[in-house]
Amino acid sequence: MIHVHYFARYREALGIDAEQLAWEEGFARLDDLRRHLLARGGDWAVLGERNLMCARNQELCGLDEPLTDGDEVAFFPTVTGG
Amino acid sequence: MGIRVQAGAFDPGAELNALHAANVGVGAVVGFVGYVRDFNEGREVGGMFLEHYPGMTEKALGKIADEAAQRWPLLRLEILHRIGRLEPGEPIVFVGTASAHRQAAFDACAFVMDYLKTRAPFWKKEDTGEGPRWVEGRDSDQEAARRW
Repeated sequence: MIHVHYFARYREALGIDAEQLAWEEGFARLDDLRRHLLARGGDWAVLGERNLMCARNQELCGLDEPLTDGDEVAFFPTVTGG
Repeated sequence: MGIRVQAGAFDPGAELNALHAANVGVGAVVGFVGYVRDFNEGREVGGMFLEHYPGMTEKALGKIADEAAQRWPLLRLEILHRIGRLEPGEPIVFVGTASAHRQAAFDACAFVMDYLKTRAPFWKKEDTGEGPRWVEGRDSDQEAARRW
């Protein structure tokens, strides 16, 4: 199982803040999961944005980050706190 | 080292004074306070909502604080960030550093803010005259973080 979170503008665009996906062998890296979600089409195109940020198990990472069954993943736009 | 993420208001003066707290080894205290403006990119802002990623926020701020503590000889470091609904004029973030000499305190404070702006999972949604609008990340913030 992969736990996926969406924040801020992405959460609103997708109309969902979190979901659980059954683990698939094809989810070798975070980008594989992102492409799987992009393939849903429509609003999911936000995950194709150039400035997309992501985290694995609550740590910022790149799209080439390896994934493991049970991981928590998050996708979000650039951060704007401070 | 202190990390706080809270909805409630805070008193910047009290935070600044607490960094010294009768530690006579402290020769320099530097504090940064970020406030909610009533304008942004030419539009009036009536207030904002601060969203964050519970769990990751504390970890991300802790990591930034640890890195600052490794790079500069700090005696104290405090990071306080608010979440939820905020009005114009309210303080939104506080970063305070204390050290024996001023340069470490100045540099560490600037470093923490630059890293926080680019690596801590907070997002601002402003109320403008044309409705709510998510604030977009700035390239200049990314550049500021790269100088460290």
